[in-house]
Amino acid sequence: MAKFSLITIAVGAMVMAGAHWVHVDYLYFASYTILQFIVLATAWNILGGYCGYVNFGSAAFFAMGAYSSVFIHKIYPLPVPLLILAGAIVSGIAGFGMGYLTLRLRGSFFAIATLALAVVLQTLVVNWEYVGGSRGAYIIRPEEIEFAGITINYIEYLFGLMLLLAVIALITARTIERSQLGFGFATIRDDELAAEASGVPTLRIKLIATTISGAFMGMAGAPFPYYIGYLQPSSAFGLEYAVNSIAMPMIGGTTSWIGPLVGAILLGSAQQYATVTISSAVNLLIVGLMLVAFVIIAPNGLVGLVQGWRRAWRKP
Amino acid sequence: MDISWDLLLNAITAGLLLGGFYAAVTAGVSISFGMLDIVNIAHPAFIILGSYIAYFFNIKFGVDPILVSVIALPFFYALGAAVYQVYYLSFEKRGQESLRGLAFFFGLLFVTEVSLILVFGVDYRYVEAAYIGPSLHIGLIDLPLRMLVPCLAALAMFSALQLFVTRTFIGRAIMAVSQDQMALQLMAVDPIRIKRIAFGISIATAAVAGALLIIIQPVEPSVGREYIGRVFAICVLGGLGSMPGTLIAAMLLGVVESLTATFYGPSWAPAVSFGFLLLTLAFRPAGLMGR
Repeated sequence: MAKFSLITIAVGAMVMAGAHWVHVDYLYFASYTILQFIVLATAWNILGGYCGYVNFGSAAFFAMGAYSSVFIHKIYPLPVPLLILAGAIVSGIAGFGMGYLTLRLRGSFFAIATLALAVVLQTLVVNWEYVGGSRGAYIIRPEEIEFAGITINYIEYLFGLMLLLAVIALITARTIERSQLGFGFATIRDDELAAEASGVPTLRIKLIATTISGAFMGMAGAPFPYYIGYLQPSSAFGLEYAVNSIAMPMIGGTTSWIGPLVGAILLGSAQQYATVTISSAVNLLIVGLMLVAFVIIAPNGLVGLVQGWRRAWRKP
Repeated sequence: MDISWDLLLNAITAGLLLGGFYAAVTAGVSISFGMLDIVNIAHPAFIILGSYIAYFFNIKFGVDPILVSVIALPFFYALGAAVYQVYYLSFEKRGQESLRGLAFFFGLLFVTEVSLILVFGVDYRYVEAAYIGPSLHIGLIDLPLRMLVPCLAALAMFSALQLFVTRTFIGRAIMAVSQDQMALQLMAVDPIRIKRIAFGISIATAAVAGALLIIIQPVEPSVGREYIGRVFAICVLGGLGSMPGTLIAAMLLGVVESLTATFYGPSWAPAVSFGFLLLTLAFRPAGLMGR
C-alpha cells in the first residue's frame, strides 16, 4: 500500500517535471483534460466497477463541483484547493442523498435517477441567475500565481492540482480495492442478496461508495471554471462527461484501478487528437461505438483481454 | 391570490392533451422496463429517430407524419427484435444485464443521438400537416388541433396495446414472462421468443410516439434526453407493468407540468418529472397501480 502510493506519487512528480521541462501551453491544456478524465473515470469506477451500480449522472456531479466554484468565486475568490474541497463536499452530499433515496430499491432505479438528475440540475442552473443562468459565467483567470516564493504559470498550476487529484484518486481506488470495504463492494456486485444475508451492511457500504464517487467527481469539476474561463450550463453538463466516465472504465476494465487509468489515457488522448483533426461530433460517435463494441465483445475491457492472453500464453 | 379561471382551465386541458401524448411515449418503456425488466434508457433516442423519419418523408414527399409512422411500424419492430437478440446473447444469457446491459443501452442512446446530429445537424426540425395551426374553441377552452390529434392517436395506440396485452395469448404471455418464465416454458412457449416480440412491439411504439412528438413540437437530436426522466417517472409512478397506471400517471404529469409552465414559466417544467420520480421512489416505489 505505502509502496504503491510512493510509486504513484513518484510517477506524478515525474510527469510534472517532464511537463515543466517541455513547457508548451497546449500540452498543459490537453493533458489537463486527460487528467480530469482519469479522476472522473476512477470516481465512476469506485461505484460502477466495484459495486456494480451505474451512475449516468457524472456530468451532474462534475457540474455541481464547477458551479459551487462559480458560486463561491462570486462571493469571495478563495484559492482553488479550497474550492476543490468545497466541490467535494457539495457533490459528496449530493451522492449521499441520491443513494439514500434510491439505493434501497432495485439497482436500475439508481441509474435512472442519476440520469434524470443531470437534466433537472441543468434546469435549475439555467434558471439560477446568480451563477450566470443560461448565459454562463465568466471567471477571469490570473496569469500566474505566487507559490512558495516562485511564480508559476496559472495553467501549469491547474495542471499540477489536477495531477495531484488524479494521484489521490488512484491511491484511494487501490486502497479501497484491497481493503475490507473493497471486498464488501465486490460481494454487492456479485450477489447483493447473498451479501445482505451474510451480514454485509449493504446499504451503508453503498452509501460510502456513492459519497466517495460523487465527491471525486465534484473535485474534478471544481477547477474547471478556471481552466475554461467561461462556464455555461451546456459545457458543464456536457454529455461527453457522462459518456466518457462510463466508456473509459468499461473499455479499460472495471475490476481494478488500472482499467479506468488505461481507458482514460487511451480514449482521452485519442479524443484530444480527433477533436483537433476531425470533428468533435465524429469523435463522440467513435467513443459511443467503442463503448457498445467493448461491452459486447470484451466484457472485462482491455485489462481483461490482456489477462486472458497472458493466461493462454502461460498454459502450453 | 388572483387566479384567472380560463387560464387555469386551459392549462389543465393542455395538460390532459399533453398527458395523452406522454402515455404514447411511455407505452414502450412500460413494456420493456415494466414487463420485461429491461432498462432500455435508449428508448427516447428511438423516439427521436421516429421523429426524424416522419420529418424526412413529410418534407420530401408530403406524407402525413402519422401515416409515415404507421408504415414505419414493421421496420421499428424488426429493429427492436434485433436489438433484443443482441442484448439477450451478450448480456441476459451471461447474467450481466445490470452493469453492461445498461452501458450498452447508454451507448445506443449516444450513438443514435450523435448519428442524427451528423446527418441532420442540430437545427430544430418540424413537419407540415393540415391540423397544425387551427384550434377548436369550446366555451372558454381552446383545443389546438396540433395537441388534440396526437393525443387521440396516442390514446388509440394505447388502447390497442392494452387490448393486445390483456386479450391475446401472446399478450398474456408477455405479462407472464416477467412473473414466471418457468411456467411459460412448461406451457411450451419459448420465453425468449415472447420477450423478443414484446421488445419489438415496445420499439415499434417509438415510431408512432416520435411522429406525434414532432407534430407537437420542433425536434432536434438531443430533445430525447428531456424525455428520459419523464418517461421513467411516469412508468414508475404508474406502477411497473401496469398499462392503466401508466395512462393515469401520464395524465397527472401532463397536468402538473402544464400548470407549472403556465404559472412559473416553461423553463421549470423538466424539473417536475424529476420531483415526481424522487417522491415516488422515496414514498411509494410500487407506484399508483403497482402490484
